[in-house]
Amino acid sequence: MADNTRANPSSSAMVEVIGLRKSYDDHHRSIEAIRDVTFTVGAGELVCIIGPSGAGKTTLLKCIAGLLAPSGGQVVLEGQPVTEPPARMAVVFQEYGRSLFPWMSVRENVDLPLKRKHLTAAQREKLVNDALAAVDLADVHRAYPWQLSGGMQQRVAIARAVAYEPHVLLMDEPFAAVDAQTRADLEDLIRRLWRSLGITMLFVTHDIDEAVYLGQRVLVLSSSPTVIMENIAIDLPDDRSQLETRSLPRFAELRKHLYAQIQASKQGRRPAG
Amino acid sequence: MSSDRAIQIVRQMALAMGLPALLFVAWWISSSGSESIFFPPLSNILRTFADVWFSPRIMHDVVPSLVRLFIGYLSAVALGLALGIAIGASRRMRQVIEPVLEFLRAIPPPVLVPIFMLFVGIGDMMKMLVIISGCVWPVLLNTVAGVRALDSVLEEVIRCYRIGMVARLWYFVLPGASPQIFAGMRQALSIGIILMVISEMFAASNGLGFSLVQFQRSFAIPEMWTGIILLGLIGILLAFIFRFVENWMLAWYFGLRRSQRESS
Repeated sequence: MADNTRANPSSSAMVEVIGLRKSYDDHHRSIEAIRDVTFTVGAGELVCIIGPSGAGKTTLLKCIAGLLAPSGGQVVLEGQPVTEPPARMAVVFQEYGRSLFPWMSVRENVDLPLKRKHLTAAQREKLVNDALAAVDLADVHRAYPWQLSGGMQQRVAIARAVAYEPHVLLMDEPFAAVDAQTRADLEDLIRRLWRSLGITMLFVTHDIDEAVYLGQRVLVLSSSPTVIMENIAIDLPDDRSQLETRSLPRFAELRKHLYAQIQASKQGRRPAG
Repeated sequence: MSSDRAIQIVRQMALAMGLPALLFVAWWISSSGSESIFFPPLSNILRTFADVWFSPRIMHDVVPSLVRLFIGYLSAVALGLALGIAIGASRRMRQVIEPVLEFLRAIPPPVLVPIFMLFVGIGDMMKMLVIISGCVWPVLLNTVAGVRALDSVLEEVIRCYRIGMVARLWYFVLPGASPQIFAGMRQALSIGIILMVISEMFAASNGLGFSLVQFQRSFAIPEMWTGIILLGLIGILLAFIFRFVENWMLAWYFGLRRSQRESS
């Protein structure tokens, strides 16, 4: 059932970004970060956003999350314009060391966003337990975040997002600061969660391999001021594994193509028209 | 592990007690043959100590002083926290209020004693106001600094998960600023003890400061020295209680700092 919506992403739009612009006013001059970005993410899709460093990836994500007000255009979530952080959206931030509350245990961190949700204590407890189990951290729930490794901390942040039961999960280069082996495990965790929960995911990364491995679709951003360079479907099988998927010829082709795009983007090339 | 820790604690205690023991012996020896009435032998002072303080004087002078200190100190902490959070949260508020704060902070609290006397008389209220007027500043200024230094990523987490005002204050602002708040509270505690004594030196009828002045004026010199020793002991005891509460409340912070030191 979930596969039907994935095969036809345009059937129901979950996130619509329409003519989004963002410029920062710095004293006398205005710095244009995002020039004009339009795209749609269907319900249940997993879309990766990739771009060279300084391409305004984080700015774009914060605008979608309602944490930054765009200078023009709008973001629509499930038909509702986003003007503040929406109730059905969760974000996993890049800085795992700073996005968990160091004075709370792992469990309390995951539980905090649920306090406002009018749930019974038993329901909340179940959500927290299930989320921690889903990221394989059921046994460390009483530890403080800073007692855990970087990869485990980011898994706590993912568990907090999952327990919140969002319709859309935004991730801002969540694995940029963990080692390669942990990173591969976390990528598989994300695929697994996405398939089991059926939620919509928007995953920002600067890593081409990660984008190809994770996404159903990859959006390539130009360098700042940002526009979309390309919107490419990743036609790899849905069952992905680090060993096999990454050695498929098609994986190498996609990787090569995106690499060329990013290089072009770095050199300041813009999409035609 | 726990026995290691016990050994460590004993060693720290031995180190901490070494110098005080040495000073005590030095005082004892240097004063032992003293003929001066202003510098009586320590043995005399200690003999007097029990007579002076293990008496109705405890209820009459020590307890009222400590109660005033306690109420004044806690009121100052509450006031400093409330104002500090409000001021720290808003840049506009800081711009308006900071010059005034700098002026008020520069006034030494003892000079306020005559003014407070005019308005609230010479009772307990005056003394507690003096304590509050001195203790509030370190708490207030450190709270402002703590609130301003709150992590911007955590702020975004709070917004993203739509955490309400009260929960934001209770789960984010207060614990996030608590290391600085405790630093301010520690400064305020020593200021509070000083002001407790000073406020009782004018127009008082009881209290530790009052007793000290009485002893000095009536040439009860050994008794005066016992008062000074008692104040020192009270200071140590309060600092010890403070440290205990701080270690408990900031356990996460000390652990976090340790883990950061070890990883870097």
